[in-house]
Amino acid sequence: MARTLIKLPATARRGEVIEIRTLISHPMETGYRPGADGQVLPRNIIRRFTCRYNGETVFSAELFPAIAANPNLIFHTLATESGKLTFTWEGDNNFSQTESAEITVTG
Amino acid sequence: MRIILFALCALLSLAAAAQRMSGTAFMGPSTQAMQRDDSLNPAMLWVKEGEAAWRRSDEGNGKSCASCHGDAASAMRGVAARYPAFDAQAGRPINLGQRINQCRVGRQSAAELPAESDALLSLESYVALQSRGMPAAMPDDARLQPFLAHGQARWQQRMGQLNLSCAQCHDQRWGQRLGSSIIPQAHATGYPIYRLEWQAMGSLQRRLRNCLNGVRAAPYPAGSLELVELELYLAQRARGMEMEAPAVRP
Repeated sequence: MARTLIKLPATARRGEVIEIRTLISHPMETGYRPGADGQVLPRNIIRRFTCRYNGETVFSAELFPAIAANPNLIFHTLATESGKLTFTWEGDNNFSQTESAEITVTG
Repeated sequence: MRIILFALCALLSLAAAAQRMSGTAFMGPSTQAMQRDDSLNPAMLWVKEGEAAWRRSDEGNGKSCASCHGDAASAMRGVAARYPAFDAQAGRPINLGQRINQCRVGRQSAAELPAESDALLSLESYVALQSRGMPAAMPDDARLQPFLAHGQARWQQRMGQLNLSCAQCHDQRWGQRLGSSIIPQAHATGYPIYRLEWQAMGSLQRRLRNCLNGVRAAPYPAGSLELVELELYLAQRARGMEMEAPAVRP
């Protein structure tokens, strides 16, 4: 399990634009670098990130080898209703991790 | 008039020499922002792991760090600011990582964590975080004096094929450039650090070995007394400065 840090407001008013910050520990090995033994290290990157808000995809991103290790994704969405946000990172070597966070929307 | 001007210049240069600045002051605004905000600082991933490891008790005799020390927020407050410290059992100064390993072997009957391993860096950064904002406070311990003197001598000793001492860059030429990077004053108040160049967390010893490689000297082995003595001298040199671990560096 990779370590993740997710930051978003616990409560928001309906219609408010909220900022969501995510950080995940991942080497993002490019597939172009030689290791200590001179052999090229196989590529190992996260390829896709998806954020779902009560099941509906509100943000997604494709990631590529030029992205640094431990990718930090910051994005915004509209607070529409109380519920659950899920965050999924998928990548090479069948890497898949899902985390979730709750939000309470008032008004 | 000339004498007055000369005196003024001397005073100004003295004031500049007395002004100590953390490596943070030499970084770009985006890297500074990354360090300032815990939700941007990748080092917090290691801290989070360290927090879990502090309570984990699946190794050795089943004791966790928390079994003896309790809550790290109070028990470990200010601890990192006092290291390296003299260890009577070892008869020499040891750094924070070595202290953690001593606890693991002696109190938890667990295996030593390898230098620069994520497991050790995680615990170290979690403990170091508890001293954030406190002044660096190397203890006044007479037993440390000979080691401190060695550290200081090594700091001033020219080394490697480039024949440079630490002091030539970091005491005499800080603020100038080495290639494209600004030379900082080398106050080690933010370790362990997340270094963008490494794309990972690393200890002060890793950084010191890096510098030794840079002047093309054979680096002292990780965990060696020579490196701890240098750490000790740096701790004395940074006394009173604000601890900022886990820091981000370019």
